Amino acid sequence: MLTLFYLFAAISVLCALVVVAARDPVNSVIALIVCFLSIAGHYILLNAQFLAVVHIIVYTGAIMVLFLFVIMLLNLNKATEPQRSLATRVAAVVAGGLVLLTLLAAVRHGISVEPARDFDIGTGLVRSVGRSLFNEFLLPFEVSSVLFLSAMVGAVMLGRREKNPQAA
Amino acid sequence: MNEVVSAIRLVPLEHYVMLSFALFSIGLAGMLFRRNTIIILMCLELMFNSVNLLLTAFSAHHSDPGGQVFVFFIMLVAAAEVTVGLAILVMMKRNVDSVDIDQLNRLRW
Repeated sequence: MLTLFYLFAAISVLCALVVVAARDPVNSVIALIVCFLSIAGHYILLNAQFLAVVHIIVYTGAIMVLFLFVIMLLNLNKATEPQRSLATRVAAVVAGGLVLLTLLAAVRHGISVEPARDFDIGTGLVRSVGRSLFNEFLLPFEVSSVLFLSAMVGAVMLGRREKNPQAA
Repeated sequence: MNEVVSAIRLVPLEHYVMLSFALFSIGLAGMLFRRNTIIILMCLELMFNSVNLLLTAFSAHHSDPGGQVFVFFIMLVAAAEVTVGLAILVMMKRNVDSVDIDQLNRLRW
């Protein structure tokens, strides 16, 4: 089990690095898909079966395909992008490393987690997540449909072609 | 019952915390590192996912389904955000004919 965790962790971190480093956007998308699949593996290790399936369907199936679709629509699949200057890139890596260092230093003594008193083995299965979603979180669930509607209307409005090009 | 519990507890929570910190930092560094807007959106997704992983790990170790419902909502918000973000990207490509983030500097003083 621990071996599986280290395997999935190595895959996700390596693929995340490839996402940042790859010159071709299509390679970045493929690496991000592999990274998301390994994160779904982590969910299965945590017995979050519902989330694992939803994660694969939503992220790998919908969001990443949308990314690929936009890349092909805009014909971005050639590495013509200008790079940032070397100083900016070094500063970006140093900033990320400092954030990582700060976060790791915050948990260097470990985190004291109280173990759950009554451990429910059904946590993360469809039944328990659905019960929680439709009892205590029913209002946010309904409000999220309004969010989706507004996002859809916004995307359609933004994607509409302007009548005169000077207006934009 | 104890098989599932011991299987979950076999991986310490600290490992998940460190993994999601690493993913979050890579996403943050990638946002500053690249100029291609679509890669920056992908790094944003990476940071969302590190937070999702952390919430799920705590939820599984605490045996509380509320955390996983939160992850579900974060996925919903991420889907809506990607829809609008990619629409903005298409519009940017149409108006500026580039996906370079440095082209959009009119709001910078």
